[in-house]
Amino acid sequence: MSRVVLIARLAARDLRHRRAQAVLLLLAIIAATATLMLGLALNGVTSSPYLRTKAATNGPDITAFASSPAQAALLSGMGGVSAHSGPYPLASAVLGFRGLAVPVQAEGRDEAPATVDQPDVTEGNWVRPGSVVLERTFAEALGVTVGGRVTLNERSFWVSGIAVTAAMPEFPGVCYYMTCRADSQAEESGMGLAWVTQAAARGFATSASPVSYVLGLKLRDPAGAAAFAAAHGPVSPSGPVSSSGPALLTWEQVQDADNDLVSVAQQVLTPGAWLAMVLAVASVAVLAGGQMAEQTRRVGQLKAAGATPALVAAVLLAEHLFLALVAAAAGLGIGWLAAPLLSSAGAGLLGVPGAPALTLGTVGVVVVVAVGVTLGATLVPAFRAAHTSTVSALEDAARPPRRHAVLMAISRRLPTSLLIGVRLIARRPRRAALATASTAITVTGIVAVLAAHHAGDVSAGRFDWFAGLSDPVSGRVSQVMALLTVVLVTLAAVNAVVTGWATALDARQSLAVARVLGGTPQQVSAGLSAAQVLPALPGSLVGVPLGIGLFAVTNGAGGVSVPPGSWLAAVVLGTLAAVASLTAVPAILGARQPAVLILRSEAA
Amino acid sequence: MNDPLLSARALRKAYGRGDTLVRAVDDVDLDIGAGETVAVTGPSGCGKSTLLHLLGGLDRPDAGQVILSGRQLGQLGERGLARLRRDAVGFVFQGFHLMDELTAVENVELPQLLAGRPPQAARRRALELLDRTGLADRAKFLPAALSGGQRQRVAVARALANDPLVVLADEPTGNLDSAATLEVLGLFDDLHRAGQTLVIVTHDSRIAAAADRLIAMSDGAFTGETRLANAGGGPRRLAGLEG
Repeated sequence: MSRVVLIARLAARDLRHRRAQAVLLLLAIIAATATLMLGLALNGVTSSPYLRTKAATNGPDITAFASSPAQAALLSGMGGVSAHSGPYPLASAVLGFRGLAVPVQAEGRDEAPATVDQPDVTEGNWVRPGSVVLERTFAEALGVTVGGRVTLNERSFWVSGIAVTAAMPEFPGVCYYMTCRADSQAEESGMGLAWVTQAAARGFATSASPVSYVLGLKLRDPAGAAAFAAAHGPVSPSGPVSSSGPALLTWEQVQDADNDLVSVAQQVLTPGAWLAMVLAVASVAVLAGGQMAEQTRRVGQLKAAGATPALVAAVLLAEHLFLALVAAAAGLGIGWLAAPLLSSAGAGLLGVPGAPALTLGTVGVVVVVAVGVTLGATLVPAFRAAHTSTVSALEDAARPPRRHAVLMAISRRLPTSLLIGVRLIARRPRRAALATASTAITVTGIVAVLAAHHAGDVSAGRFDWFAGLSDPVSGRVSQVMALLTVVLVTLAAVNAVVTGWATALDARQSLAVARVLGGTPQQVSAGLSAAQVLPALPGSLVGVPLGIGLFAVTNGAGGVSVPPGSWLAAVVLGTLAAVASLTAVPAILGARQPAVLILRSEAA
Repeated sequence: MNDPLLSARALRKAYGRGDTLVRAVDDVDLDIGAGETVAVTGPSGCGKSTLLHLLGGLDRPDAGQVILSGRQLGQLGERGLARLRRDAVGFVFQGFHLMDELTAVENVELPQLLAGRPPQAARRRALELLDRTGLADRAKFLPAALSGGQRQRVAVARALANDPLVVLADEPTGNLDSAATLEVLGLFDDLHRAGQTLVIVTHDSRIAAAADRLIAMSDGAFTGETRLANAGGGPRRLAGLEG
């Protein structure tokens, strides 16, 4: 027991002594664990808002699209159907508002409420002659409010209400599973849903685009909706509504479609969280290594006072384990609090999902990953410290630097600052490799975000009639990508500072000698910066194709999107400039300390 | 003495404050002529190394001035001081301070590369210096593979790389055994004979005996100065005390 207390006390003392490094380490692990927590927390968060909406509207278990009243009558009389609403006429129309012309599915309804599938009016009133009620997500994307005026096929209507439904997916997924009788371009880009009177809906039909019918079917066994749909109608995405049969949409399919917002966010967050984890590993590895370079003498003192190698390793591991646990708790908390911001199912459903449940599995994964990352990065330096000779540790003999003959030979021909920078890289090639990897991961993330934005711009440009609307899915994707960019850039910034600091610390004696021999402080600090910027260069260049590839993988069938060359050049140059400025601080501080003080302290 | 190469006037440097104030260099005046070898001796902590650092522009005095070849060091910025150290001063330390990852020849050529000399010329000069210091066959060895005496000879060669006006050596034999001390002594003797200006801070009486002048220091001040007769001549004590 006393041994545990001793380890805890030694670890606590050291943490207090190195607050800045402890904070950097915490920051790195918190950013990674919070992102991971967010990714895990988005599982199934839309289920409760959808079910709440279905209950409030007495939503159907099957939404059926029929081509004729006879076909509709057949469907409503089928076995297993306990109640139904409709058939209601459904027509394609073009909604005009503030210069926009947006395709809509106009559903003709009775003024009296239906027993099955009565949309829940969240604002205003239900349809009456001359009025239109708009689906809430669609109304928000348009910017229309109750009392406003719109046109449908150039006839003027006033917006009497805004409502939600569980019978059809919210905007822009109204034509989910190609259940609409609209052209493919409209289906691909999203249509709005509007309720009008039956007479008005019939009035929108033309010979080219005749009216069809929609029914809401309640089943005796709602769980058997998929089996019912498979038995009675083509519902596959590859099988659009045929002239011969009805299209049947199950309530689970509508729920899945409404989950698009969150599933897309999760699709982006999960790989992002793993990228953040890799960056956190790099931060922790450099911090632990840097800490050992700083603490060689303390290790010697501990061992000279009788500490065993195991105790020395245990103290170092205990410090980082404690930080990992604190960071995991903070990451869980931040992720849990932030999840509702990304898990809101959109305006098309009632209620908000609230903070996700903290399941034992989620907590376990986050804690295990945080501890695993930290211990994985700390084990090597801890083992090395434990087995350092006590005498050389007391003499503060720094870990012997490596010698890379080719780099040494190349550096002789370079200007002084680059000579210093290249030789610093050659001393610690593994640290340089970590810096390269860290930059590559960050640039990968940023380029993937740019590729997504570019893809969005292109599709908005292709469907110019859609350009005026804000797409909730791409809005949510932008939100998540912005969050990921912030996390990745934060972690990369921590890495750059930590690597610069570790390099300045590790090479302080060599740099002091260089200054004694005539290297100016400017040359030395520029050399230190060069030692960070040079490994960042290949990292940024590699990150460009990796980012394009990452987006292509997460985009699935959406394909490859290559952002313009000017964007990519700006990312590479901006990254290098950011690394240079972030590492300038430790570099300048390192070069400002009088060389004689460093040499004196090294010799003491 | 003709115009001195290196001078110090009313030089002061203190560390700490109040009760912990230590006057490391306390009102020191010094003139060193070109080609002269001066040894500074005194007990540990008397301020010898601090004086050496002030003379070489590695540290700045609290008061007074250092003039090297007509240039006042106090008027130079950090960059100017760095250039002065590069072009006019060579340092030799007790702890050698060689770069572990560089071979002997790479260590010796480093000051020249820092000065912007072409790599081929720097390498030629480094090999010449290693030859002069008896280490031609050790040019490609890393410091870890050299003995203490050999490392210090590499450090001396490095100090000479840019043809400095003055070489400042801080306890150059302090970390060496007897045999290695003799190697380094011989090297300093050669430099002395070649007319290299040397200021050596030392505890070693053999180095001190080989100097032209011996300055005793205590509590930051000069307590005595002895002019020694070279080439077998006996020491010549100067009248009075300075500092």
